[in-house]
Amino acid sequence: MLTASDLRKGLKIQLDGQPYVITHFEFSKPGKGQALYRCKMRNMITGNQFTQTYRSNEKFEKPALEERKMQYLYNQGDEYHFMDTESYEQTFITKEQLGDNVSLMTDNMELDVLFFDEKPIDVTLPIFVNLLVTVAEPWAKGDTSGNDTKPVTVETGYSLQVPPFVVEGDTIQIDTRTGAYVTRVKE
Amino acid sequence: MLDQKRLHLRAAFFQAIRSFFQEQGFLEVDTPIRQPLVIPEHNIIPVPSGTYFLQSSPELYMKRLLASGCEQIFQICRCFRSGERGRLHLEEFVMLEWYRLDADYTILMEDCEKLFQFLDSELADCRFPVSLHEPWEKVTVEQAFQKYCSVSPGDALRQDTFDLLLVEEVEPNLGRKTPTILYDYPLELASLARPKADHIGIAERFELYVEGIELANGFSELTDPVQQRSRFEEEYAKMDASQKRQKKMPELFLQDLGKINQAAGIAMGLDRLFMLIIGQDSLDDAVPFAPDELDM
Repeated sequence: MLTASDLRKGLKIQLDGQPYVITHFEFSKPGKGQALYRCKMRNMITGNQFTQTYRSNEKFEKPALEERKMQYLYNQGDEYHFMDTESYEQTFITKEQLGDNVSLMTDNMELDVLFFDEKPIDVTLPIFVNLLVTVAEPWAKGDTSGNDTKPVTVETGYSLQVPPFVVEGDTIQIDTRTGAYVTRVKE
Repeated sequence: MLDQKRLHLRAAFFQAIRSFFQEQGFLEVDTPIRQPLVIPEHNIIPVPSGTYFLQSSPELYMKRLLASGCEQIFQICRCFRSGERGRLHLEEFVMLEWYRLDADYTILMEDCEKLFQFLDSELADCRFPVSLHEPWEKVTVEQAFQKYCSVSPGDALRQDTFDLLLVEEVEPNLGRKTPTILYDYPLELASLARPKADHIGIAERFELYVEGIELANGFSELTDPVQQRSRFEEEYAKMDASQKRQKKMPELFLQDLGKINQAAGIAMGLDRLFMLIIGQDSLDDAVPFAPDELDM
């Protein structure tokens, strides 16, 4: 059991049988008054958000969340299939649940899948992924726009800004937390 | 961590406060920070220090100095309150308290106005976010609750929604054009304050707000030791059993309290005031070291 004094940004709690993550947290306490804990929360399955203020005597359950190492296999329409690298069990997650993660996932990539109540609800990509550049315009010397980056597209279809020396066929490293270019990977 | 400029500002800020009180004829005092017995207030959890506690406020010892003959005293000191951590809360913070013999809470309200005007003129690099030169807004707790949440404070207390409504509906409206004095609290929310004559159930307590932020809590002191003892008993009765506090009475304080005829005292959070006048919105950016910057 968790109490209100455990509440903080990033904590996951269970309300009405659903897992929530606290996205904003504010402690307040009027002079001589009781402590109040204002939380903005996001339902980890539906994405719905709401705000609620709790008092110190309130108690919360920890959601039954579990992370498993899995391998991304393939997608069939909006269903993305994964395999547990230990038990070889397979499962799928919908494109909607995966959100932006889809744009950086490649076949056979190993990642962490989050389960709630034995159902997969989210994935955490490795912090850095290496992806092949499939479309890159040559950089026009004397470009007067003043930009020292240019747009490229990688094998997953994701587009981002990179330094001008990156060319088609290069492999680049991307930070999945920000979606930004990190470095060119030497073959 | 504060930069060089803000460290100097903070030093000048403390210096200006001391100058103000010295010019007004106040004596600067210091009292024990470690205390075997802290003020019984059920919503304030003290920080243990060995078998003692760190003070949650110097209030009891400041009043004992009044009883010993001091007429006007002030203190700038560290206070500690367990579990209070947020944008506007630090478990360790700097408090300014001042006390006047033979005064009531209206004199303290005037002190606040003079102090702010003094700081505004002394500290060239600081700026109050509200006007200090128009008359300050003064509103009773009753008026504020009726105006902002259409409920009486009495009903809110009975429904146990007083603190919630105060924080979410009332406070955000206070101290917007000028500082706001919110005054005349329900008696049960003022365990060390004097009941207001001819107003049943009301205590002469006020809070000072700037930009929705509570800066100070002052009151006409309750000086009747018999009433004070029963108020402390009520506080102990409301205290959560998990606190495991020894329910002892501060007997020496109660003895001394009987020697005071009339007095008024106020506590002001200086980290919050400093935060406001340097234009920050988190205490972490107003103290030399935020809690997250300490070695663990």
